Amino acid sequence: MTNELIKQRLTEKFGDQLINWEEPYGMLTFSAAKDLNLKVLQFLFDDPELRFQFLTDLAAVHYPDRKGEELAVVYHLHNLVDNIRIRFKVFTDVAKPDVFSASALYSAANWMEREAYDFYGVNFIGHPNLIRIQNVDEMEYFPQRKEYPLEEQSRIDKDDEMFGRGGSFGPGNERSALGTLSDDDKEALKQ
Amino acid sequence: METTHHIKLPPGSLEKQTTTLNLGPTHPATHGVFQNILELDGERIVDAVQTVGYIHRAFEKIAERRPLYQITPLTDRLNYCSSPINNMGWHITCERLLKVQTPKRVDYLRIIIMELARISDHLICNSIVGVDTGAYTGFLYVMQYRELIYEIYEEVCGSRLTTNIGRIGGFERNFTSTAFEKLEKFIKEWPVVLAEFENLFTRNRIFMERTIGVGPISAERALNYGFTGPNLRAAGVDYDVRVHTPYSSYEDFNFTIPVGTTGDCYDRYLVRNGEMHQSLELIKQAYKKVQEFKGADADVYHADVPEYYLPDKKDVYTKMEALIYHFKIIMGETNIPAGEIYSAVEGGNGELGFYLISDGGRTPYRLHFRRPSFIYYQAYTELTKGGMLSDAIITMSSLNLIAGELDA
Repeated sequence: MTNELIKQRLTEKFGDQLINWEEPYGMLTFSAAKDLNLKVLQFLFDDPELRFQFLTDLAAVHYPDRKGEELAVVYHLHNLVDNIRIRFKVFTDVAKPDVFSASALYSAANWMEREAYDFYGVNFIGHPNLIRIQNVDEMEYFPQRKEYPLEEQSRIDKDDEMFGRGGSFGPGNERSALGTLSDDDKEALKQ
Repeated sequence: METTHHIKLPPGSLEKQTTTLNLGPTHPATHGVFQNILELDGERIVDAVQTVGYIHRAFEKIAERRPLYQITPLTDRLNYCSSPINNMGWHITCERLLKVQTPKRVDYLRIIIMELARISDHLICNSIVGVDTGAYTGFLYVMQYRELIYEIYEEVCGSRLTTNIGRIGGFERNFTSTAFEKLEKFIKEWPVVLAEFENLFTRNRIFMERTIGVGPISAERALNYGFTGPNLRAAGVDYDVRVHTPYSSYEDFNFTIPVGTTGDCYDRYLVRNGEMHQSLELIKQAYKKVQEFKGADADVYHADVPEYYLPDKKDVYTKMEALIYHFKIIMGETNIPAGEIYSAVEGGNGELGFYLISDGGRTPYRLHFRRPSFIYYQAYTELTKGGMLSDAIITMSSLNLIAGELDA
């Protein structure tokens, strides 16, 4: 089994619907329209020659500059019999990020898709339980999208009690343990 | 919990209704911060819902602002029972991205460290299974040998748990003679201790009764669930990244992959024990190979990658070029080549993968960690459903769930 054979077999089946063939660092990579993702995955799973039956990894990526295909879902698949890996991508519009869920095909995809939803907001259609997994349920945004930059490291407007940054914390302005207590607690201590 | 209303009691159940039990987030029997909401019919589990994310630290987001070498300390905190494997996995990913060829001596030294880490990882897991089945002695007894492993780390890199060991291209300094002395001590004394540890558990009637047939999974289901590492091999699939996609010159070594058959807790225990034996073999072979280097080769401990490997401090003070490289590395001003790479190592719990996308900037555009614990923990409901509550505890510890790896 070689990359050429896989490419040939897939092209026979899907023709020019599979695009962007690449081999970065030796791993065969291609993409398809997002409506095709389950068809391609199912074919890769069922085909007696290809046998890509192990879902190694599923990750979402945000490309804000690609208009109409801002979000990518990347599948890493592994044929354990012939020991060869491929990478398959679908792109979706960030305004309507609907992608079919692969969780019926791979049980492993369940949490991976929840993670992709949690951080990038990819809406996996057909997922049995598409809720946040790492972040709190009340969160209203998708934090790994590029429009949410990490906090500016030099900001000083934030008074952080625990990590001692900014605000009134600094040399010559050390706080005593009492200083951090609320007024009620101070009252309680006096009594 | 919503599922409460959907659960039907089995016919003839003694209970009038099911009980909801919160196992975790901080429960003495769960060895980590994760929650299981169990639906119990008496002592039998009818349903379970897992909640993870209590120690989520946004590593993937943080990594998008850090130059490559500053990401190593983040990987420490994934599976913190075997941090050196995570560190090496990250260095190997970077080296593959940058197309750096490491010297053979570096590869062998790395294998020594990685296999020591594997032993300490499996040791924790197996002895904790012992603790959960009511045998504390094994755990307490083997801890002193984990201590010896940690002393070797300390001698090599200065720290013990979150090691940040090694650099892109090799190690930050050569192994000291004390490190090799401690390693020799370990190679000499460890087999005796491992044999005693096995004597305590392997044919122990109580241990066998508690673990055989508990939390089993078939090979087919395990593969579908994305199991890797000892948990997959216990189900009978001989997939090991060290053999299938060799890194760090694993192809130069002779070792076997222990596999089980039923994928239950006992098989997972046996596979991990078998791997500890294999790891020791690997360490012996690697140490022998390291000793065979003579002359200048015997002092090689890093590859020649001036753009990523810090120069000697004395050169920084005296040579202009070294000073520039030092500055550029510390400030993270070196642009990494654009590209996309997935690279995996065999971590303590299975395939630990790094999916890195670079757009040619100084930091990764996107970094995704494939964390084995996160992927196989979703099978926990299937593994424990229908079993006893006490079995669920053993299943959890024999899966070797590490909260740091669940949450990234």
